[in-house]
Amino acid sequence: MLRFTIRRLLQAIPTLFVLSVLVFAWLRSLPGGPATALLGDKATPESIASLEKIMGLDQPLYLQYFNFLGRMLSGDMGNSIISADPVLEEIGRALPATIELSVVALLIAVLLGIPLGYLSASYRGRFFDNATIMGTLAGVAVPVFFLGIVLKYVFAQELGLLPPSSRQDADIDATRVTGFATLDGMLTGEWDATGNALWHLVLPAIALSSIPLAVIVRITRASVLDVLNEDFIRTANAKGLQATVVRTRHVLRNALLPVSTTVGLQTGLLLGGAVLTEKVFVWGGLGSLLSEGIQRRDYPRLQALILLAAGVYVLVNLLVDISYAIIDPRVRTS
Amino acid sequence: MTSLLDRKKKRVDDLAESAGTSLAADAFRRMARNPVAVTGAVIVLAFVLLSIFAPWLAPKDPFLRYPELLENLRADSIPGPQPGFLLGSDEFGRDFFSRLLVASQQSLVVGVVATLFGGAIGMLIGGLAGALGGWVDTLLMRLTDILLSVPSLLLAISIAALASRGSQTTVIIAVAVVSVPIFARLLRGSMLAQRHSDHVLAATALGVKRRTIVFRHMLPNSLGPVIVQATLTLATSIIEAASLSFLGLGDPDPNRAEWGLMLSKSQSYIDVKFELALYPALAIIVVALGFTLLGESLREALDPKNRR
Amino acid sequence: MAHSRTARRRWTAAIGLTGVAVLALSACAESERGTDDASGKTGGTLIFGAAGKPKNFDPIFNDDGESFRPIRQMYDTLITYKRGTADLAPGLAEKWDLSDGGKTITFSLVQGAKFHDGTAFDAAAVCFNFERWFNMKGAAAQSQMIYYADIFKGFAQNEGDASGTPLYKSCEAKDANTAVLNLNAYSSALPAAFGLTSFSISSPEALKKYDADAVTQSGESFAYPAYATEHPTGTGPFKFESYDKTNNTITLVRNEDYHGEKAKLDKIIFKIIEDENARKQELKAGTIDGYDYPSPADFKSLKDDGFDVLIRPAFNIMYLGINQANTPALKDIRVRQAIAYAVNREQLVKTKLPEGAEVATQFQPKTVAGYADDVTKYPYDPAKAKDLLKQAGVENLTLKFYVPTEVSRPYMPNPVDYAAAMTEDLKAVGINVETVPRPWNGGYKDDVQKFGKHDLHLLGWTGDYNDAGNFPGTFFGRSKPEFGFDDKALFDEIAAADAVVDATAHADAWKQVNRNLLSKYLPAVPISHSPPGIVVNKKIKGLTPSPLTDERFDTVTKD
Repeated sequence: MLRFTIRRLLQAIPTLFVLSVLVFAWLRSLPGGPATALLGDKATPESIASLEKIMGLDQPLYLQYFNFLGRMLSGDMGNSIISADPVLEEIGRALPATIELSVVALLIAVLLGIPLGYLSASYRGRFFDNATIMGTLAGVAVPVFFLGIVLKYVFAQELGLLPPSSRQDADIDATRVTGFATLDGMLTGEWDATGNALWHLVLPAIALSSIPLAVIVRITRASVLDVLNEDFIRTANAKGLQATVVRTRHVLRNALLPVSTTVGLQTGLLLGGAVLTEKVFVWGGLGSLLSEGIQRRDYPRLQALILLAAGVYVLVNLLVDISYAIIDPRVRTS
Repeated sequence: MTSLLDRKKKRVDDLAESAGTSLAADAFRRMARNPVAVTGAVIVLAFVLLSIFAPWLAPKDPFLRYPELLENLRADSIPGPQPGFLLGSDEFGRDFFSRLLVASQQSLVVGVVATLFGGAIGMLIGGLAGALGGWVDTLLMRLTDILLSVPSLLLAISIAALASRGSQTTVIIAVAVVSVPIFARLLRGSMLAQRHSDHVLAATALGVKRRTIVFRHMLPNSLGPVIVQATLTLATSIIEAASLSFLGLGDPDPNRAEWGLMLSKSQSYIDVKFELALYPALAIIVVALGFTLLGESLREALDPKNRR
Repeated sequence: MAHSRTARRRWTAAIGLTGVAVLALSACAESERGTDDASGKTGGTLIFGAAGKPKNFDPIFNDDGESFRPIRQMYDTLITYKRGTADLAPGLAEKWDLSDGGKTITFSLVQGAKFHDGTAFDAAAVCFNFERWFNMKGAAAQSQMIYYADIFKGFAQNEGDASGTPLYKSCEAKDANTAVLNLNAYSSALPAAFGLTSFSISSPEALKKYDADAVTQSGESFAYPAYATEHPTGTGPFKFESYDKTNNTITLVRNEDYHGEKAKLDKIIFKIIEDENARKQELKAGTIDGYDYPSPADFKSLKDDGFDVLIRPAFNIMYLGINQANTPALKDIRVRQAIAYAVNREQLVKTKLPEGAEVATQFQPKTVAGYADDVTKYPYDPAKAKDLLKQAGVENLTLKFYVPTEVSRPYMPNPVDYAAAMTEDLKAVGINVETVPRPWNGGYKDDVQKFGKHDLHLLGWTGDYNDAGNFPGTFFGRSKPEFGFDDKALFDEIAAADAVVDATAHADAWKQVNRNLLSKYLPAVPISHSPPGIVVNKKIKGLTPSPLTDERFDTVTKD
């Protein structure tokens, strides 16, 4: 088992290596450079050229690459050009923001989606069912960012009910512990900070939840319908069991199995939407880091984001393979 | 991400299985009775007709700045409807209504070209994998799985960001690449499903060449699922293209009339003239909805399970 | 709408069961403070929306407005600007005298000023700062001192590619309140440039304690020392408290020991909100009190909603640049004049630029000495443009027009739109235009300023100090890839004007340069002066908009 794991780990190294070369080459091939991005509007072409020299950008590409590789291997992913903070620190700060938003969005999607899907299946073919299906189809057709813009316009700007952007009010005095704005307030007893953070979460989470919600409604509906057709339900009904007992004990429990597996890892889907939602609500999570990084050509930041994402991806796949190997010993030898 | 990937795969595979088992006439009859399908078809038809005839339908030149509109145009106020200008001015002193109509062309082009592009490459990969099998199949499917496992919008953003600057082409490529793995898996799946079907087995028994079987029997029979998927892909392509525009990854030329660009440009004028954002957005939503409705009901009509 | 804007606040307040008691207490505290001070209301917290993250807080290592905004509240410069103008006024120096043909500058310093760390401000501290700048070690650190390199030309030891001859010679503290600065040559930029925020005076103790010069660099990454990130120590009316990077807020508190009139506010919170629409919506929702650079498109709607849109006097210029290097026809001044006549600047300014914007007749704003009323003007005249093209024998001219995307600058809030309008104008007189959009940070600046790939381009400048040398002098004082010409006569003319010491003669010399630029050279087409705005709600009083975006919040009060 250990040998298998080690072998797979070693196999992942060339993948990551090739990827780092690609990312490096791509970023160098883009016009405009870190020196231009770092110096402001008052910089002259001479001062930019001089800075490029200092940065070592006039060296041959392969040398630049080895320097970059060396720094990366020693855990130094560089500092962001926009904020001058170490990129890893930035990502560490942004990660809780994205997780917080995604979790709440997923919660909304699950807590609304399962009942809706269940009811829809119960009233199959009736008006409620048709309306729900239509709603899910329409939900997917509305661009996430436009939904966010409309929500913000109506509930924040016009009605003034909810905050339009960011994770907390500016004048909230919050102690940072974990980086999760809601959690920190609970840990330190600053309940107003937690309440404020939750209040800020409402609009972006609703916007982000729209697509997962539609997906969950449809899966729940489909799997409830499948279960309703199963023999044991018919038997239960025939036996004269109380309808509510049948529903909760048999239908729902069995139908939720496929739903929960889907829900469990819908974060992938959320991440795509998060880039748009975070831009609309100036959220400051990974999505904001990415879109801001693209716009301002923050090379160290983009480099780190892509490589980390790839690293996580490779790692997850590796874990999946290893878990398969544990379940099925034949995989190990193949 | 595994289960999401599994779900994506399952959706595609279910569709693939319906290949060759459906009778077109039967499916059509069922569609015609389904109000959802009819709604979708009407929207799609209207959209296609509109984009073809837009230049003749537009009351004004969509690219011209009209003195009547420029008269009252300021940085912070945009003229509303007035005689001859149904929806008033856009932020440039051009006829907003005409631009809205003509923009349907570009949006259709982006959707169609991206879908054709993605579909063609995807089908080539899927077809090769399905027809050749063996290690080619394993390799190609492994690659498509990798693409499939990345969230589609994130993939499109990354690809569009790869380009040094946004243009129509980069948007189309980004949106197309996202649909490649879906089409690949679809075609391969439907070909595999047919491998053991009676007509293919009969043809093989008669000694018909593999190439002929693939081109004469398998491919035509896979057409149904491919059309369904193409319809659905068109909807997502249009939305994804608009999202890329919003992120500033599209073509920034303000002369172009395209809904995604109009929507993203109007962000600065939300308080000046909300319609500038609203109408392009509604257009995108309605068209995407139309394609989705049509695609979903087609899928249902082709689904063998529903024929019981 | 406006009445419900506080609804959210109410909810937050309602969380605490003791809310009522707390409110009552704080209300008492406020009213006490209010009565104590007869000179006006003090106390309160200003929450101001900033458009971007600061790079760091060490004045000398910065050159952008987002870093300068908090720095200006925490630091003082030797000379400052009269509020709301670009005219010089006493800062940490009560008086300054130029002698020896401008090569010796004597500063008489204010008495009793203290740095935030409690150490005294004196002539030695001033000289310590000058010495620090001049002796800065390390190519990395030097490369970040854009304004120092621009004004003082060189370092004790130039590192990297820096090669200028230093202007700085020595600084001596005659007595505690007199600092004498000796220069190697006269510079027209001085003394005006002493008002630049970059030349703010830092506490020598804090500089030493927090290792201020240790700018480190590896690859394309720069990291700044603790002084620049956590311990900026000046003499200003506000002190640094914290920079919360999770919530993107910078908090400053009042300096109770300020040597001048103390700040009215207890606290300023700069909330960084990168998105323009989000800033506007935060203001409308009541979560911030004001923000910088509202989009010109929002001026009206903000005013309609009862906000004060303060317009800064325009101290900038946007121009349509012409590169003579790639297309021979552009070397002919008649062709360049045709371009000037072809562009409908009046309409552009009227329909796309904010209220108060003006068509530019020359490459500097009116308020800067050297402005000439009688320059050659180029009013919109497409017929004349066509005629000039014919005279020049130019047909089927095709020009590459480079347009910056993904950018908004105070002098050009929406360049893509302006370029589109100009393109149409040019096409109307028969010039073919090939638009080349390039992202601002993704190639535009390089392509235009370094490689000169373009024929036409859109660019501009916000002035740093009140001297024509900072405007036409910067643009046309030497050969640049941006304009692609090498005209020694023009360069000499500009150098001569720059060297004139006497103020009136200096202005006259520049007037002549401006006349010649428009009539004889026309290296570019001046387009507009666009006034950038700053917006606050009705509770905020006492904010004076500055042409140099040098706003100070010490006079601001909040009801």
